[in-house]
Amino acid sequence: MLRLLWLVPAIPLASALTLALLRLSQRTVAWIGTCSIAASSLISLLVSISFVNAPPISGAYTQVLWRWFNVDGLRPEIALYLDPLSLVMMVVVAFVSFLIHLYSTEFMSGDDGYGRFFAYMNLFVGSMLTLVLADNLLLLYLGWEGVGLCSYLLIGFWYRDPANGRAGRKAFIVTRTGDTAMVIGLFLLFHDLGTLNIQDLMHRAAQYWPIGSTGALAAAFLLLGGAVGKSAQLPLQTWLPDAMAGPTPVSALIHAATMVTAGVYLIARTHILYSLAPQAQFAVAVIGAATLLMAGFSALTQHDLKRVLAYSTISQIGYMFLALGVGAWPAAIFHFMTHAFFKALLFLGAGIVIESLDGEHDIFRMGGLRQKLPVPFWTFLIAGCSLAGLPLITAGAFSKGWIVWGAYSAANGSAGLWAVALAGVFLTALYTFRMIFLVFFGQQNSQVTRKPGQAMMIPCVILAFLSIAGGYIRTPFASYLSAVLPWNPGITRRASFGEMFSEGIVALVFFLGLCLAYVFFLRRRDYSSALASSPASSVLHRFWFSDWGMDWLYHRLFVRPVVWMAKVGKGDPIDGFYTGVGRLNEIVWRGLSLSQSGRLRWYAAVIAAGAIVLIGVVIFS
Amino acid sequence: MTAIPMADGLILGGILFALGLAGLLLRRNLLLILVSIEIMLNGAGVAFVAAGSRWGQADGQVMFLFTLAAAAAEVAVGLALLLTHFHRRQTLDADSISEMRG
Repeated sequence: MLRLLWLVPAIPLASALTLALLRLSQRTVAWIGTCSIAASSLISLLVSISFVNAPPISGAYTQVLWRWFNVDGLRPEIALYLDPLSLVMMVVVAFVSFLIHLYSTEFMSGDDGYGRFFAYMNLFVGSMLTLVLADNLLLLYLGWEGVGLCSYLLIGFWYRDPANGRAGRKAFIVTRTGDTAMVIGLFLLFHDLGTLNIQDLMHRAAQYWPIGSTGALAAAFLLLGGAVGKSAQLPLQTWLPDAMAGPTPVSALIHAATMVTAGVYLIARTHILYSLAPQAQFAVAVIGAATLLMAGFSALTQHDLKRVLAYSTISQIGYMFLALGVGAWPAAIFHFMTHAFFKALLFLGAGIVIESLDGEHDIFRMGGLRQKLPVPFWTFLIAGCSLAGLPLITAGAFSKGWIVWGAYSAANGSAGLWAVALAGVFLTALYTFRMIFLVFFGQQNSQVTRKPGQAMMIPCVILAFLSIAGGYIRTPFASYLSAVLPWNPGITRRASFGEMFSEGIVALVFFLGLCLAYVFFLRRRDYSSALASSPASSVLHRFWFSDWGMDWLYHRLFVRPVVWMAKVGKGDPIDGFYTGVGRLNEIVWRGLSLSQSGRLRWYAAVIAAGAIVLIGVVIFS
Repeated sequence: MTAIPMADGLILGGILFALGLAGLLLRRNLLLILVSIEIMLNGAGVAFVAAGSRWGQADGQVMFLFTLAAAAAEVAVGLALLLTHFHRRQTLDADSISEMRG
């Protein structure tokens, strides 16, 4: 059964090729596009069952397909590597992708680019599964760039609006900044350790590099650059809110559930390297903590439903980075899983809401949708509770409580990080319920014009179930993952309070945020408008609304100088020479085209004159 | 029968050719341009025949027969083109077809 592993990424890639090359009817496209992902997720499930029931002796299964190339010692293979970590990622990616494809069959119906959409989406799933299952960093990088390409293509999917194209370019360029660092990291690893196979790399790193050595530090920081770009963390987070220009299923799949967590996966995959570079690991924790707070504040001020969710995604990935940074590895992966369920569901629900209100994105113009859209309301509420961390019931509470506890108790944890994580819980509860109260409660402000159909409801209901049930597998999840991702307990420091106490505080903070949101955005809306109109808070509001002025800063710091240099560079002497060559050609062309008058007798006269000249030359020379 | 000197024949051919060329360049009517081409061909033919009789060989006359055949074919195609052109434009002015200018 394990031999079927190669089919998991191969089927989506093959169907992407089919959809891209053939012109098919909408019905056929929907069938091929969705069935391929269904087959892929089914096979991944079968493979996982047989892997869990009869694990290989080494604890991992490697399937070598063929040797990619062989150049001077660099011999990467197209090989897949299955261990508990990649197994979790594979199953979650394949299954969530299937549900979102099912949703898209209805959501995208009637769109001109139906076939194109499914071709891109299948290519994305294939690339993501390649990334997750890759045995060496080069193949991982292939998948990494593949998902980046699909992200670019799908953000600019409705390319007739130039703003969408700009958003796509921004996402591509910003993530590329990080990718460049990552490539340099790969060069460095190959140069110093002589291989790119991940397992060999980890063994050799542990062998050759002492803890805190420069090589390990440089490699870890460079890989972190790639992870920060892909996962939209500080300081490269600016692309994700604009990426919401794409169709909503794309936001759900790529920019919430799967692709943006690739950075988390990369760090978890190479966690031995980060254990060798404590400073880099601490940087991961600090970046995560700073991002989760900043994005949480920004989410609090947004009007656009999808942008609220985008900032919330940045913030939640900040939690995962925090967990990675403190050494609570399994907590990060567990939060990835629950986040994939509830955030995908939130986006799918947002898609239903926006479509049923005829493309209305502003949450202040929504309201009272509870009665009109009961199923979307309940599923959205469940996902929102899971995101905010409603204790004891929802999956999000289990994963987030675990991270908060890890921020204190794990190897690199501290009381400061614990406090930041708690503040994040408060912010999350506040902005989540602000969104839910404004959209589904209160007065109805706009008319519902469309009701979602079965294909859009079923994925929501399944994801809602997973958003609750996913939390109860935490203990088996941790013990299963412990072989590859051990939880690093804080040995040196004696914890002054226990896990139950931390969970209790998290619950308390959650209810505080819920109550505050209830007062400000449902009970007494005049409080929030009074607060917004006071000068100090309106300045703060604008500041947070613009993502802490990061876009403004980057525009000044990077975009303008580059544009200026391009303008200046246009007229330099080298360019001048080539422009001159072009001009000369143009003049010659004008002269020659004048001689082509199209007049028959003129041509005959020239032929006669030419003949006379020729004969004259022959006779008189 | 006294032989005509070759120079006379060549001069006659030259005059015919020049007349044909002048007609080709100056006339605007396509039909008359075709006629002018015919005159030029005949000028060349006279030169061939004169040269053939000068060296007492049949090659000159054979060449003229070939020229005649080619001229007939050319006229057939030319007239057909001319007819279609006339149907389309209602004119035979050669200057009216200058769409192929650069």
